[in-house]
Amino acid sequence: MELILVNLIDGLVTGLLLFMLSAGLTLIFSMMGVLNFAHASFYMLGAYFAYQISLALGFWMALLIAPIIVGVAGAGVERYGLRRVHQYGHVPELIFTFGLALLIEELVQFIWGKNQMPYDIPDVLNFTAFAIAGNSIPAYKIFMIFISVAIFIGLLYILTKTRVGMIIQAALSYPRTVEALGHNVPLIFMGVFGVGTALAGVAGVIAGPVLGTFPGMAFVLGSIVFVTIVIGGLGSLWGALVASLLIGWITTFAKSYNIEMEDILNGIGISTPENLSENVFRDIWALTSPQIADILPYILMVLILIFRPAGLFGKRES
Amino acid sequence: MPKGAKPEDQITTDPSKPAQRMRAGSMTLTWGPWIVAAVLLIILPYIFTSNSALTIMNQMWITVVFALAYNMLLGQGGMLSFGHAVYAGVGGFACMHIMNNTDFFSSFPLPLLPIFGGLFGMGLALIVGAFSTRSAGTVFAMISLGVGELIAACSIIIVAFFGGEEGVSGDRTYAMPFFGNEFLQQGDVYYLTAFWVFVSAALMYLWSRTPVGRMANAVRDNPERAEFLGYSARWVRFYSFVASGFFAGVSGALFAINYEILTEENLNAASSGVILLVTFLGGVGFFFGPIIGAIVFTLVQTVLSLETELWAFYAGSLFVATVMFFPGGLAGLIMMHVPPLRLGKLNLLVMPYIKTLIPAAIGILGLCSLVEMTFHYRHGATGDHEMTLFWTTFDSHTLLPWLVAGAVALGGILVARATAPSLKEAWDEANTPGGAS
Amino acid sequence: MKKITKIGAVSALSLIVGASAAFADTIKVAFIDPLSGPFASTGTNGLHQFQHAADYLVNQNGGLLDGQQMEIVAFDNKISPKESLIQLQVAIDQGIRYIAQGNSSGVANAITEAVDKHNRRNPDSRVLFLNYAAVDPALTNDKCNFWHFRFDANADLKMDAITDSIVGNEDVGKVYVIGQDYSFGKAVAAAANRFLGEKSETIEIVGDELHPIGKVKDFTPYSRKIVSSGADAVITGNWGADMLGLGKSIIENGFEGPIYTYYAAGSGITAAFGEGGKGSIRLVGEGKINPNPSQEVSDYYNAFLEKHPDGNLDQTRIANTIGMLAKAIEEAGTADDVVAVANALEGMEYDTMFGGKVMMRAEDHQAIQDLHIFEHTNEDIAFPYDGSEYGVKVVNTIEMAGADSPTTCEMRRPDPA
Repeated sequence: MELILVNLIDGLVTGLLLFMLSAGLTLIFSMMGVLNFAHASFYMLGAYFAYQISLALGFWMALLIAPIIVGVAGAGVERYGLRRVHQYGHVPELIFTFGLALLIEELVQFIWGKNQMPYDIPDVLNFTAFAIAGNSIPAYKIFMIFISVAIFIGLLYILTKTRVGMIIQAALSYPRTVEALGHNVPLIFMGVFGVGTALAGVAGVIAGPVLGTFPGMAFVLGSIVFVTIVIGGLGSLWGALVASLLIGWITTFAKSYNIEMEDILNGIGISTPENLSENVFRDIWALTSPQIADILPYILMVLILIFRPAGLFGKRES
Repeated sequence: MPKGAKPEDQITTDPSKPAQRMRAGSMTLTWGPWIVAAVLLIILPYIFTSNSALTIMNQMWITVVFALAYNMLLGQGGMLSFGHAVYAGVGGFACMHIMNNTDFFSSFPLPLLPIFGGLFGMGLALIVGAFSTRSAGTVFAMISLGVGELIAACSIIIVAFFGGEEGVSGDRTYAMPFFGNEFLQQGDVYYLTAFWVFVSAALMYLWSRTPVGRMANAVRDNPERAEFLGYSARWVRFYSFVASGFFAGVSGALFAINYEILTEENLNAASSGVILLVTFLGGVGFFFGPIIGAIVFTLVQTVLSLETELWAFYAGSLFVATVMFFPGGLAGLIMMHVPPLRLGKLNLLVMPYIKTLIPAAIGILGLCSLVEMTFHYRHGATGDHEMTLFWTTFDSHTLLPWLVAGAVALGGILVARATAPSLKEAWDEANTPGGAS
Repeated sequence: MKKITKIGAVSALSLIVGASAAFADTIKVAFIDPLSGPFASTGTNGLHQFQHAADYLVNQNGGLLDGQQMEIVAFDNKISPKESLIQLQVAIDQGIRYIAQGNSSGVANAITEAVDKHNRRNPDSRVLFLNYAAVDPALTNDKCNFWHFRFDANADLKMDAITDSIVGNEDVGKVYVIGQDYSFGKAVAAAANRFLGEKSETIEIVGDELHPIGKVKDFTPYSRKIVSSGADAVITGNWGADMLGLGKSIIENGFEGPIYTYYAAGSGITAAFGEGGKGSIRLVGEGKINPNPSQEVSDYYNAFLEKHPDGNLDQTRIANTIGMLAKAIEEAGTADDVVAVANALEGMEYDTMFGGKVMMRAEDHQAIQDLHIFEHTNEDIAFPYDGSEYGVKVVNTIEMAGADSPTTCEMRRPDPA
């Protein structure tokens, strides 16, 4: 029972981290129609910048400055790269971000080398907040939860309650009308792209010490972020939140409990074949849930795309 | 075109700017190029006799088949796939199992193996295509990503078929001798591969000429209109997808014959990404685009990586530059010169090209030198100050080489910039019909 | 248009072919390992150690035979089996007769098969495969061949040493086995179960599981299971980011017992574990450096540090590989006839500078040597890793580990010419 509570907390941390990445991505997508493949690369840049800054100025300054640098870099990419490619259509745009992701990984290796960086949790937060039945919950995880919830509330407030948010929402649906009303739509786009990548940067700053800061960190997370926003419904902030939490909990619970395929198959009335080691399907029989935990989101995504192509909360198809 | 316009509006681009055109209307080729290609395929091994050159060429031709198959989706059908490696991989794995089934294999000539690879690739495409081709665009792309990841993950889990991380290996020489040939040497394998490359390329070209191939273009450009004309966009996509799966399987089989081993690498997301890169680099708008892409990329990957550790950095830069400035890819760049050629004004461009492109190339090489020197300075062994670049050995910790490289880079680029306007002028002139030349 | 590109390709191809003229005055060893991509740091560090060993042990002592120098030629295989086979072909074309590789058993498996086939099909340009780190037991058992020599102890031998140490530790009653879901991870798990079952009746295995390799972002759920199972010790075969992620997560979430493992030193991992790993990370490996290195070892290490101050000399077997190859070439009196060199290597007993002997077992080409259990610590460390103050020191030694271990290898030897 206690373990369930612990797993709920762990899954929440994973899910919220995923949310910080997918929130920016889904915002960018809903506005510009671009699936930004380089999104996770900005997350990686966030972690590396934060590491570099924390060496000089400490973790808290890094938390403040690194996302801003990442956001500015993101806005620059939009202004001087994407805007140019935009005229060719969507596929080249997508492919541009794909190439950008490769380039950023190479750049990071060029500057910081290929080793894991010793980017650590700040000492202030490096203690056990509380323990549930012998399972300690590090204070840093609580900190991560607070930051991501604060960001979600902030985003929601800006988008629904402020003037800027209204213009952004209007620009989502009727860009030309908004432009005719005298608003600078390209500037809004640049701003949204910058903010979206800055959010990814924040995620990088706070995830770097926990998940490791190394050149492959973007690749590990890259496609799962897409899966999240596709499951949630492209362009939906709530969808991104629900899907992130769903993925966080599904993967955490699948890893925590050894559910064996043999039990499931026996449970639905298929008996174990006698010569299991000779059987063609022996690997399927021996499957356990921790083995497949990280591919469950992909299965979920394919199923959702087949049966509800708009995603859980999406309003439009692609 | 204002930003944020609905996607429908953006599909078409300004046809007056050929450099910006992703797709060309016509893909017609005459007999000439095919004969040239066949002759080249046959004589190349006489020019490059070493085994490593043969191995690299084999790798090139395998990539050519795969890239052409991929372009059946991307260029001709407008379907972006992020998991196409699995069709090649599954075809290849199936072939490895055929190779390992010695009773059957010993009564079976090796050159026929790619047919089986193709059939298995096609079989998988039949299953996946049944649900993934219902819509194009993002939904198709994401399903392809998901399925790709699933099958790649399975390759580690389902050891019986995929052999786990070690993969499955076999021996091609156990096949029934084919006119006395047991395919012991790289040269024999080269001709087998070349034969299949030629046949596959020809078949794929013919496919693009069939009504289904033409309808794929129509569905790519305007699915709604195609539907109104009475064609099911879904079935057209499905046929393209299955055909593409077949040829991907053929390339997988050729891989199996060449390397005699298949591993998880043949299925994973990285391979799927690479083939997208290769195809786009070559140019998706022309039939021969992927061929150029495959050749260039293989050379960059195998030859450039012998020279520098930073090859992936250069490849990435090349790729991003291509997307930004020449979305038609290398093929588009070449085909830009067809109108001036037709007008008989290609000679107008020669001098401006020399004036601009050579300084630009020198400038870029200067930049590369700076990059290499920075890399050596930061990551080289301490005390090891010597580095060799462009056949010159020098000390990377002194100022002079930096000044030289910097000056070369700056000078080259400045000259290129200064001469660029006259190139543009010449270009416009060469593209204008009439007038004296 | 196609023609133009092909001409371009042609000229590029002639470049490499031109570069491939073989020089007879040096003995070349091809080093085929990842020099770009995620595993590049391990590969690059290995390359530096090979170059150092060749310089220090061979070239500075006047070379081999009649003064021939040894040269390490680096090839980047991007840890891909396909690329490895291409680079192997390029290396053979350049006249190189010795192939060194170590990272990834999958690649080693591809190379050993390709070398076997190549030597069978091309008796004129045979090559030897010097495997310095790929430890899949199959390579010297079912898949062994005459051309393959392994200088590292295989996964089974190492697990034998680990379980000896666990059985000797009276605090350990429950053991948790966790690893990556692929051949090596499975081999480690199987060996752990087998040896613990044979050696002790009281030790209980409370968990045995696999996780996807290289895909796990957060190891917390796994460490929760480990903590709540009440295990006293963890055995894992993880390496790279998976090792660091698992180890850090286990320690952070409250596990206090020892973690027995294979690869948790160098390549940034030692520095990243830092204080947290002290007293809990235990490794198995060969070659004693800490504590109290001998003068010879210190000189060797310091000479390495002069060139690579940030580098780690974390694979002492590389020095053995070069040393044994040099000795075999001298004994055979030739570097071109690899069969003679292989025959000299078979059964060779070599006195390594790190103490003890290395014996290349003739029946399966598996090196038998002293194995140590190391501890991650900052005490008594003469040579730390990763520029940190932490390093590994020997706490336990098994002499000539597994000298009588069985093998299923049935080696086919080339016909005497």
